[in-house]
Amino acid sequence: MKLFIARVGLLLALLALWYGLTEHGLLPPFFFGRPQLVGEVLVRWIGSGMIFRHLGVTLLETALAFVIGIALGVSSGLWLGLSPRVAALLDPFIKACNAMPRVVLAPIFATWFGLGIASKVALGITLVFFVVFFNVYQGVKDVNPLLVANARMLGATPRALVRHVYWPSAMSWVFSSLHTAVGMAFVGAVVGEYLGSAQGVGYLILQAEGSFDINAVFAGIVILTVCALALDALVSLAERRFLKWRPGSAGANT
Amino acid sequence: MSETALQWQGVTLAFGGAAPVLQAVNLRVAAHEFLCIVGPTGCGKSTLLNLAAGLLAPSAGTVEVFGKPLTGINRRAGYLFQGDALLPWRNARENVAAGLVFHGRPRAIARADADEWLGRVGLGAAAERYPHQLSGGMKKRVALAQMLALKPEILLMDEPFSALDVQTRSLMENELLALWSAKRRAVVFITHDLEEAIALGDRVVVMSAGPASRPVGEFVIDLPRPRDVAEIRMTPAFVDLHREIWQLLKGEVQKAYAAGAEART
Repeated sequence: MKLFIARVGLLLALLALWYGLTEHGLLPPFFFGRPQLVGEVLVRWIGSGMIFRHLGVTLLETALAFVIGIALGVSSGLWLGLSPRVAALLDPFIKACNAMPRVVLAPIFATWFGLGIASKVALGITLVFFVVFFNVYQGVKDVNPLLVANARMLGATPRALVRHVYWPSAMSWVFSSLHTAVGMAFVGAVVGEYLGSAQGVGYLILQAEGSFDINAVFAGIVILTVCALALDALVSLAERRFLKWRPGSAGANT
Repeated sequence: MSETALQWQGVTLAFGGAAPVLQAVNLRVAAHEFLCIVGPTGCGKSTLLNLAAGLLAPSAGTVEVFGKPLTGINRRAGYLFQGDALLPWRNARENVAAGLVFHGRPRAIARADADEWLGRVGLGAAAERYPHQLSGGMKKRVALAQMLALKPEILLMDEPFSALDVQTRSLMENELLALWSAKRRAVVFITHDLEEAIALGDRVVVMSAGPASRPVGEFVIDLPRPRDVAEIRMTPAFVDLHREIWQLLKGEVQKAYAAGAEART
């Protein structure tokens, strides 16, 4: 509780600093905005309900990119983790794809999939996929060989091994990658919108920039930050629910 | 002589071009016999067990299970590993039930069976706990229940109690003997601890120092059963056996130590 008060205090202090610097002309408000005006924009957006349509689009893109990216990442990670030959063949290609700055794909996706949500989802998927893929791949390769030997002695068929040993083992790695993955999905959606769209929070920010409305830009950033934190909290919730077996996790009573 | 449960016939195992780990091993375990295998570090004791389990295939020779050559996993054997092999994401009950489910038993029946086995190893109250919430001795009990629930005819044990403290270890040894006496099965028990081998076994086999390890001595342990592993160590018969076997084992241990020292310099 003390910590919480201290954190709120720090936030208020930073806002006060911002207010002071811009109010007394130490920082030009034209470039740095004003906290009270940012608040006004937020109230206007939320009051008119206009923000929810844009936010809904951005969150839909994020959710689709997140779910599809994870599904592809998990299945490819399991597949390559269990087939060393295919993994050896594809290794340099995967490394190349991962090293490529994938944000530059956004314009290509825009021409392929149009300016609707599909191009944003595609960009998000390319970002989410690799995070999840590498975690699952590593997770499958790092499965404790003793667990595999024991399960085989207990009569596990190759299919049962995947389902009861490799899969749960990989899942614990997937969860540790989900925090990064959900952020990536969000980045994909917003950057995609920013580079060309007709709706979404990224579009709002782009519009505001076009009219030099720096306060609206900051308002958009605030909305995005709050949403990113909320998504991260959702992942933590899921993590607590599914990883209760892990030492040090919530639900463990020793 | 009673039925043969397990037999290594001229078994050699080599990895790549290196010197073989095991060289022409001939060894037989009767269907109701408790066989202990001792030997210095690095003599391929665990390898011998992995061959019997079917986790490894011999480079030469055959492993026979109840008279039939073994191919693939040994379905009539259970294996208690040295390390912790419980699935960390399953609680004790689900861990014990795992083998039963793998064998196609419906989940509800497997769980009921698992609870019964947990009760038998004294963990009836810990069924809901996850492995990280169990002590080393409790984990071993769960692993024991996991193995026994499948009613294997051959029990393979690889230094199962070596990581436990001395008191827990004697308790577990006595419990193992009690479970085994209730239903005698073939046991192959690997240990580096000669006292443990004599206290538990019907027969003790001494392996030579590696590489190219093989059995170099065999001793029948005719101590009366039921035994208490802590008390039996004090009896004169035990001490005599220990002295006799140690004469042989000491030489192998010294050879292994010398080879190790050579490799280090």
